[in-house]
Amino acid sequence: MSAALRHARYVVSENPVTGFAFGLALLLLLASTIGPSLVPYDPFASNTAAALQPPSMRHWFGTDQLGRDIFSRVIVATRLDCGIALASVLLVFVMGGLAGVAAGFFGGWMDRVVGRVADTIMAFPLFVLAMGIVAALGNNVQNIVIATAIVNFPLYARVARAEASIRREAGFVEAGRLSGNGEWRLLVFHVLPNVFPILVVQMSLTMGYAILNAAGLSFIGLGVRPPTAEWGIMVAEGASFIVSGEWWMAFFPGAALMLAVFCFNLLGDGLRDIVDPRRRT
Amino acid sequence: MLEVIAKRLLIAIPSLLGVVLVTFVLTRALPGDPAAYFAGPAASRQAVEEIRVKLGLDAPLPVQFFRYVRDLARGELGTSLTTGQPVVTEIVTRLPASAELTLAGLIVSVLIAVPLGILAATRPGSWIDHMCRVVTTAGVSLPVFFTGLVFVYVFYFLLGVAPAPLGRLDIFYSAPPRITGFYLIDSLLTGNVGTFVAAAQQLLLPAATLAVFSLAPIARMTRASMLAVLSSDFVRTARSSGLSWYTVVVTYAFRNAMLPVVTTLGMVFSFLLGANVLVEKVFAWPGIGSYAVEALIASDFAPVQGFVLTMAVLYVALNLLIDLLYAVIDPRVRLEA
Repeated sequence: MSAALRHARYVVSENPVTGFAFGLALLLLLASTIGPSLVPYDPFASNTAAALQPPSMRHWFGTDQLGRDIFSRVIVATRLDCGIALASVLLVFVMGGLAGVAAGFFGGWMDRVVGRVADTIMAFPLFVLAMGIVAALGNNVQNIVIATAIVNFPLYARVARAEASIRREAGFVEAGRLSGNGEWRLLVFHVLPNVFPILVVQMSLTMGYAILNAAGLSFIGLGVRPPTAEWGIMVAEGASFIVSGEWWMAFFPGAALMLAVFCFNLLGDGLRDIVDPRRRT
Repeated sequence: MLEVIAKRLLIAIPSLLGVVLVTFVLTRALPGDPAAYFAGPAASRQAVEEIRVKLGLDAPLPVQFFRYVRDLARGELGTSLTTGQPVVTEIVTRLPASAELTLAGLIVSVLIAVPLGILAATRPGSWIDHMCRVVTTAGVSLPVFFTGLVFVYVFYFLLGVAPAPLGRLDIFYSAPPRITGFYLIDSLLTGNVGTFVAAAQQLLLPAATLAVFSLAPIARMTRASMLAVLSSDFVRTARSSGLSWYTVVVTYAFRNAMLPVVTTLGMVFSFLLGANVLVEKVFAWPGIGSYAVEALIASDFAPVQGFVLTMAVLYVALNLLIDLLYAVIDPRVRLEA
């Protein structure tokens, strides 16, 4: 435990920007776990007497056209937005990671099938494919998660494949093979643990994109429905009030979205620098 | 060169087949029974059966796939349920609006990102290098619809310098006669300067929004690739021969650093075509993206499918173009073929 803590402190002190990103991620974690029980107002309680108020001491982020407190809604939405992104990233981590590792390790037809699937997905503009998948599977949150995962599949499969194929003939794998381990056992207990850290970095790097993708889908009216508190849909609701000057409705959820994406991008870059210093740009 | 083109075309065919197959699978994955869906909620069992036969949904899947490909070859993408118009005509009339917006965004982005990347690479560690890093990281983190709304608020509401975010042309102007479908080009061709200026004003904010989003990969790649080339032997030789800064950096280094930048354009287009949908919604831009969004909300599937297919084909074609551009820039690629 103390070794892990020491390593975490090293990671944070190595690069102050990464430390900052860790702080932000902690904030997001707090907002999504205990946030809903801390917010000052009910995120769904409308109060038409206090509609469209600019930010003030009473309502930090102002109120929307139904008089709902935007600060409360932004905080409560953290859980849903980060939850969707995390679920899709975990899903593609398992799907893409396993498929890619198997493709790189076994080669042959498995490699060709995984490669062909990844190429086909990459032949689409990714957001457009996500739209098509949600439209076909049905317009709900679960399908947003699936669509975001599918769209990210090639990234994971390719990274996992490249890393696994390097290690296929590595000394420790050969040693394991000579001591009588089966191929699947080698894959799961020897190759997979070595590819794992790189895939975790990939998760952090794509988490930001997953949040953007999910929020973009709900911005155009897919998945999450009003009156649910979700950043993308809140920006969409505020969009029609921008031209008349009520900026706070769209600004605060948009800023929260930006902050979350920024945080995960920085975190991913920082983690990558530590795991693989050569790729630092 | 012809050989290169032929070879790249051959490589693009499996991608196209994959795209067609995926869009076909997406139609079959419609939740519930497509026949009941197309018949509407009030239809009787018999009506649903009739529609099933009419849509050809009673045939085995391979037959259905064959029919689907045959319809595609004839240029049929079905009919929109809400407007009653064939999807193809809608897409063809709306495509120029999207294309003009995307291209304008790309051009603005390249014009900013490439010089920024070069300057950052020639002065690593300077303020311009740090600015490049901050701008690119912020650029990828900004949700594109959010950037668009901030631009509208600042430039339309606060400063009043931009026109209202309502489509391609102010209502006081009429659209130029359709030649290419690009308002900027058409208005110039017909010599209508007023319309040109109005169309350019409408285009500026959405194009800038797209540019902010796509700036990051281009600037990053330009910087990284320029850094690598600038430290190579031939640049050192050029420098020690006393050539001017401009000749060394632009003529010698930049031309060699361009290859990886051109490669990233493929990824940039993937971003741009997707972001286009969101930007079109923010600026009420009458392109194929907003057409697909309207259809999505109305659960009207044929336009969405046509849109996904059009975008994918467009993207495959763009990637093909990038590959060819690659061969033009780098003679080694031509020799390999």
